[in-house]
Amino acid sequence: MPNKKLLGLFPEPEQAAGAMNQLKEGGFPAEDLDVYSGSPFPEGSFGEHEPETRLYMFPLVGAFVGFALGLLWTAGTQISYPLITGGKPILSIPPMTIIMYENTMLGAIIFTVLGVLFESRLPRRDLGLYDARITEGYVGVIVDCPEEQADKAESLLVSAGAEEVKKEGE
Amino acid sequence: MYYRRTLTDAQINRELLDVVFRTPLWWIALVSITGLLVAIAAGAFGFMMNRGLGVTGLQQPIFWGFFITNFVFWVGISHAGVMISAILRLSQAEWRRPMVRAAETMTVFALMTSLLQPLIHAGRPWRIFYWVLPYDWARGIWPDVRSPLVWDPIAISTYLTSSILFVYTALIPDLAVIRDRSTGWRRTVYGILCLGWHGNPRQWKLQGIAGILLSALILPVFVSVHSIVSWDFGISLVPSWHVTVFAPYFVIGAVHSGVSAVVTLMIIMRKLYKLENYIWEEHIDALARLLIVVATGWLFFFWLDFVFALWLREEQELTVWQLRLFEPPWSWLFLLFITTSYVIPVPLWLFRKVRRSFTWMFWTSILVNIGMFTERLIIIVPGLMRKGPWSFTYETYRPSAVELTLVVGSVALVAFLLLMFSKFFPLIPLWEEKEGQKLIDEIQVGDRTMPALVKEH
Repeated sequence: MPNKKLLGLFPEPEQAAGAMNQLKEGGFPAEDLDVYSGSPFPEGSFGEHEPETRLYMFPLVGAFVGFALGLLWTAGTQISYPLITGGKPILSIPPMTIIMYENTMLGAIIFTVLGVLFESRLPRRDLGLYDARITEGYVGVIVDCPEEQADKAESLLVSAGAEEVKKEGE
Repeated sequence: MYYRRTLTDAQINRELLDVVFRTPLWWIALVSITGLLVAIAAGAFGFMMNRGLGVTGLQQPIFWGFFITNFVFWVGISHAGVMISAILRLSQAEWRRPMVRAAETMTVFALMTSLLQPLIHAGRPWRIFYWVLPYDWARGIWPDVRSPLVWDPIAISTYLTSSILFVYTALIPDLAVIRDRSTGWRRTVYGILCLGWHGNPRQWKLQGIAGILLSALILPVFVSVHSIVSWDFGISLVPSWHVTVFAPYFVIGAVHSGVSAVVTLMIIMRKLYKLENYIWEEHIDALARLLIVVATGWLFFFWLDFVFALWLREEQELTVWQLRLFEPPWSWLFLLFITTSYVIPVPLWLFRKVRRSFTWMFWTSILVNIGMFTERLIIIVPGLMRKGPWSFTYETYRPSAVELTLVVGSVALVAFLLLMFSKFFPLIPLWEEKEGQKLIDEIQVGDRTMPALVKEH
């Protein structure tokens, strides 16, 4: 039996939180529920399931990549054209550290942004079940359930105060 | 104490996206004027490329003039944006909300403009890439990594890339708002730009972490960039430039001019975009308090620069200071610089009435930037005005009409880019304002009702 998605639209966040509680009590697993809102709410406002993220890894990896590229750039270019100037060593470390530092930071920042997008599961080509009222202050509760449970989910959303319930493909 | 106005999400969308969905006459007029000035400056640049650098006031030994002054000036302006945004985000200061986006955007456009200045100054800009970027694979001749003139573009490009990413990441939820309110091709474009944002708790959580994490990463870059710009001077052997105090002196000077530019920008935005519900006296007051501290810190480093020169008692150092302090036109410019950047504005900012007056704050913040441009000029030019081998003329530097046009054009360019940005994107982050609305509540303390702020940590 294929799954079906429903979107309940709530004018008030308290109603959406109530709907989440009713759905969980009604046997819908927390990981099959999601909440869409036009602005951030404090964590756990809707009792939502929150998977762990590994964002902290991204800046570390990025910093390492940036540092390596900076080293390649500064040391590689000096070694590939070893012109002694003013009797100074070919590899002049103090200025190399400046460029390597900038590249390290750039790598960390670029990878952080990539990490934020990856962990946010962006980009998404298809908007899917969505309503423009969400960015106007409404809160949307998404239920991903087997088709035979769709009617039960809909009635729970309506009883919690959903102004409208949209169904995938309708 | 911030008494936030109660606004609904729909009202915030409507007010902050007004210019995105409607084109006011003043916007068309300002874009036309600034666009014309940019076109004139582009013409002046074309004329200079055709005739050569002889059309400028540059001549031996003064080979750095208005263009490099303008370069340092715009790098300085760019520093406040991300500094304000990053520090206020990290410290979770509530009053950051209306100013972060405009400040960050100004950073991006000021940096772009600053990067143009050395290209213009080179006279033949296409050649600059050979000196900076390691792409000449055919001949195997690489940029000299020992030169601060190579560190500089690398640092600024890093800062520019980071700032663009910083602005874009925080812009994604607002792009989704514009997508939801648009139709046709506009909806498609904003749909692509917002990457299919839904606004689920996971995305919001990561958005919050991104703000903190990127702020923490960008702050060290911000400090390094103006330090490296100062090393363009400090690493050289030019008297009065070759000083160790230049890095912190330049960084704090950049913050002074940049925060002042943010004040100017906020006041203009409030007036033009009718943002009275978002930018209040309290915001400008807070920025003015910050400016008093920054300006006084900057004055301390300026004093150190002066005292170190006297303490060394090196003849060439003293000659440059004598030139700056006692010989016109430099003495007049010195007077202009010190009065406009500190003597007039800072004592005025000590008065609450001034700090909370948009008119006073507008003009005093403009004064600071007049002073800070002059400061960069009197750091750069008098240091070079000395006899040396192959110097055949010892005349003072006078900027030509071409240089003046290009400097005016740079101001117009930043204004033009900011206006264009405001047509397509909100200058105040919608989601930050909406979040602020949720986190405020009122509590009763004795006989008074006080605003209470709920924060997450």
